[in-house]
Amino acid sequence: MTLNSKVPEGPIKDKWISYKDKINLVNPANKRNIDIIVIGTGLAGGSAAATLAELGYNVKAFAYQDSPRRAHSIAAQGGINAAKNYMGDGDSVYRLFYDTVKGGDYRSREANVYRLAEVSGNIIDQCVAQGVPFARDYGGLLDNRSFGGVLVSRTFYAKGQTGQQLLLGAYSAMNRQIGRGKITMYNRHEMLDLVKVDGKARGIIARNLITGEIERHSAHAVVIASGGYGNVYYLSTNAMGSNATAAWKVHKKGAYFANPCFTQIHPTCIPRSGDYQSKLTLMSESLRNDGRIWVPKNMEDAVAIREGRLKPTEISEENRDYYLERRYPAFGNLVPRDVASRAAKERCDAGHGVNKTGEAVYLDFSSAIERYGKEQAKIHGIKNPSKEKITELGEAIIEEKYGNLFQMYEKIVAEDPYKTPMMIYPATHYTMGGIWVDYNLMTTVDGLYAIGEANFSDHGANRLGASALMQGLADGYFVLPYTIGDYLSNEIRTGEIPTDTPEFDAVEKEVKERLEFFINNKGTHSVDHFHKKLGKVMWEKVGMARNAKHLKEAIEEIKEIREDFWKNVKVPGKVNELNPELEKAGRVADFLELGELFAKDALERNESCGGHFREEYQTPEGEALRDDKNYAYVAAWEYTGKPSEAKLHKEELKFKDIELKTRSYK
Amino acid sequence: MSGFSSSSVGRKVIMSLSGLFLITFLLVHLGVNLTLFGGPELFNSASHFMATNLVIQVMQYVLAAGFILHIIMGINLELKNRAARPVKYVKNNPAANSGWASRNMIYTGLLILLFIILHLKDFFVEIKFGEVTSDYDLVTQLFKNPIYVIIYVFAFILLGIHLSHGFQSAFTSIGARKPKYYSCVKNLGIAYSYLIALGFSIIAIYFYFA
Amino acid sequence: MNLTLLIWRQKDARDKGKMVKYQVSGISEHMSFLEMLDVLNEDLVNKNEEPVAFDHDCREGICGMCSLQINGEAHGPDRRITTCQLHMRTFKDGDTIYIEPFRSKAFPVIKDLIVDRTSFERIQQAGGFISVNTSGNTQDANGILIGKEEADMAMDSATCIGCGACVATCKNSSAMLFVSAKVSQYALLPQGRIEAKDRVKNMIHQMDLEGFGNCTNTGACEVECPKGISLENIARLNREFLKASVK
Repeated sequence: MTLNSKVPEGPIKDKWISYKDKINLVNPANKRNIDIIVIGTGLAGGSAAATLAELGYNVKAFAYQDSPRRAHSIAAQGGINAAKNYMGDGDSVYRLFYDTVKGGDYRSREANVYRLAEVSGNIIDQCVAQGVPFARDYGGLLDNRSFGGVLVSRTFYAKGQTGQQLLLGAYSAMNRQIGRGKITMYNRHEMLDLVKVDGKARGIIARNLITGEIERHSAHAVVIASGGYGNVYYLSTNAMGSNATAAWKVHKKGAYFANPCFTQIHPTCIPRSGDYQSKLTLMSESLRNDGRIWVPKNMEDAVAIREGRLKPTEISEENRDYYLERRYPAFGNLVPRDVASRAAKERCDAGHGVNKTGEAVYLDFSSAIERYGKEQAKIHGIKNPSKEKITELGEAIIEEKYGNLFQMYEKIVAEDPYKTPMMIYPATHYTMGGIWVDYNLMTTVDGLYAIGEANFSDHGANRLGASALMQGLADGYFVLPYTIGDYLSNEIRTGEIPTDTPEFDAVEKEVKERLEFFINNKGTHSVDHFHKKLGKVMWEKVGMARNAKHLKEAIEEIKEIREDFWKNVKVPGKVNELNPELEKAGRVADFLELGELFAKDALERNESCGGHFREEYQTPEGEALRDDKNYAYVAAWEYTGKPSEAKLHKEELKFKDIELKTRSYK
Repeated sequence: MSGFSSSSVGRKVIMSLSGLFLITFLLVHLGVNLTLFGGPELFNSASHFMATNLVIQVMQYVLAAGFILHIIMGINLELKNRAARPVKYVKNNPAANSGWASRNMIYTGLLILLFIILHLKDFFVEIKFGEVTSDYDLVTQLFKNPIYVIIYVFAFILLGIHLSHGFQSAFTSIGARKPKYYSCVKNLGIAYSYLIALGFSIIAIYFYFA
Repeated sequence: MNLTLLIWRQKDARDKGKMVKYQVSGISEHMSFLEMLDVLNEDLVNKNEEPVAFDHDCREGICGMCSLQINGEAHGPDRRITTCQLHMRTFKDGDTIYIEPFRSKAFPVIKDLIVDRTSFERIQQAGGFISVNTSGNTQDANGILIGKEEADMAMDSATCIGCGACVATCKNSSAMLFVSAKVSQYALLPQGRIEAKDRVKNMIHQMDLEGFGNCTNTGACEVECPKGISLENIARLNREFLKASVK
């Protein structure tokens, strides 16, 4: 099968508009007879479910949480981009399109990104109409702030809880439709497999997580909006339950998986404090505006700090290594996420890391406090201010800007970041890769769609800040509801899809057998034991910097862990009850396969771009070396029975509207 | 209005309005009681006025209705609230987040109800249906009984506690609570609670020793 | 540190349930409370016992999934945090910790410490929205001017995470803080005013049907609320309800 991205012809500006004009529609009376399943209720799934229901389709929405509102989109802090140009600073649809393609290191599909930029403004209008309380200025107009990697202010925000507010907006739209009976909501349900009939996606097998009952659900189309696979690393900023099962199961049923190695490691997270750690917490990127990142220059100092014999404040200026400022004088502490993350890893690998685990660097606000303090003293006309006064004035400014983050840090680490530098370390945050989709957001399986973080389409090899929320809502509110109609217009005569067919029988049997296997295996180790082992391999060998040797090792090691898992995993309890260990077992089993494909993809891509850094492919200064001649394509993997034997399909990326350039931050 | 009075918020509004009405009544009652300090003549004429004035006579029934409404509604809500948590906590630490008075309105309320019954029997029934020549004598005589005075003072301390939450709560229940003036309402409530508790008690104690 | 845990164990919704005592040792003060429970569960799995079921997901205090009544307080003794943000340094070596599910007739226990909070869902479905379809043709976002103060107040109300701590902590199991936060958010915004009357009546009607108790303004909810939603919201709800009822 050859990949057809189905990008419409014509100039990029007109593609979406003229495509929408010609697309097939389903008449309102027929929509009533068409069912759509939506897996996941985050920004993408929630907005899609609500909109499809408004249009008149019967929607069945699934979430493993007890409410759609708890999907992990809720944790997004910073904001959402939109090309509104409210600030009058020269923003435009083209500029947002350009920034996104460039930020993604030229590994995304132009037409999709342009459409994303095009509908971005509508998202803000829609959200305001829904009652999302975006920040406003004193004149009552919407406020914007700026984010990394761009030259304009186009980020709309609701305090540090933008994801929460946008999700609650989509959730409220869903609630309206649930109340009207147009959405049937299946809380605490997990999709465990896809059912295909005559090559088309026709339903799912789901488990009721409360009773353990296995259920069959049929539909004319299935939409996967289950988010990313960052938890393949065990530790990430994702929620504990975030998983790749839905995505992986559809991959095994014929949906190609694209660019799995494109993963974003966010540089400013609170470091691990011990082996018991279950999750990593993000600290907003905005902190790098005022914080200076450093490690001790001398190894002895680093060791002394790790052993608790020395405090960071006792290290003199000349014995500190401000490595970002040293390596990237032009951008300094404000280099993009991928660059900052790799540099931190490099220093810690060299033995200069600072917390007990040796995996942390300092983010120091003392010079910012001093700078702001002196500035304030001048403003208030204080002559010859004392050092204490300067500190007091400076801390007040820092508190005003980052107070909530500092408080959060103190709750977790129990150290006062005003007095001693923060400790940070990179952590897995977002996955740009995902299920391959065409311009319609349809996967390689007919009637199966993927939206939001679950698909691969818009962010290339690196995502810019505040763009994930934009993409999730664009897909769900403004793209999928149109494009799905094109497919469903051929389904109006299909009628209700029965679930008592051999196809459903077969998949249900498979699902049940697997669950029974876990319970009956009575092995020696808990699910988490294997998940942690997988995470360690992924982090060390398929993490921020990769090389062929490590990747090959990783592939072998993941295989071994997987075999060990299937032999020795221990899952207590029963199948037909609420059983969190059983839920985890299924998810980890899938991660153990996905991880291998991930490493294989990274091994195959002999270049460095965005979040994918291959040590063999770097400039003499240690910068990423992209290979546009040989690797300007989307790697879409077809499942053939084993992750190691996945077949590669290439979708060549053509850049007609943007010139390919090297990114430099020196 | 039937939807209103059967809804939880509607019932709270009824509690609030009847409470505020009783709060006003208490002030009038205290005013009348204070005339005791003016001697038998003044008190008796005040008492006579209260017993014969047409408006007061009508208000008497409104007051009774207010009391009954407040009591019945209070008990009704308490029963519903208990039913809302069929399984109790093994370990509970409510003192960490709320005041004693606010959590025990039903108990202070019921004890006050017992006192009111006693009070009605001793004063209201006597004056209204008995053969009392001087209301002043009736009252001051009763205050000579130490047990009665102890019960009386105890009841008013309970009432003070009841009011210390009830006063500001009544305002919140009808929506009259804004950051700008909430602390004012709260302080007024506390001052009022002291006024009622001390005002009535002092009269009783004074006449016990007088 | 070493701790004694008294945890509510209940097989399923029909089971009677009881408190069971566990010992955990080697707990680091830097662990979060849920990581401490992870340690216990890992231990139980290794001993072939059934692990304790509890709700959790984001573990950064925003999803509202985690609950737990810890030593008689919703989300434990610390303030303005959820259980997942509670750290073990709040406790001392040798402490006994009581861990119970959120209790309310409207939050029936599903298993161990997991409760069913779908009553909250039904309240939202009764009116917790603005009736506007997705069209992309609504008026321009800056076409509606909203004063900064109103916008900020609406945002404060909107930060509710729907965890149910207000219900769990209220002596009456009242859901008023939760309902009032949503009603307030929309009541404060011009977009939400249009349906304000129906919304408040429908949401309160559903709240009553679910079997929550009545608010008696004790203020316990605002103290325990991890997001600091204030009682002003309840007053606003009462006001909105009165306005809707007299008309």
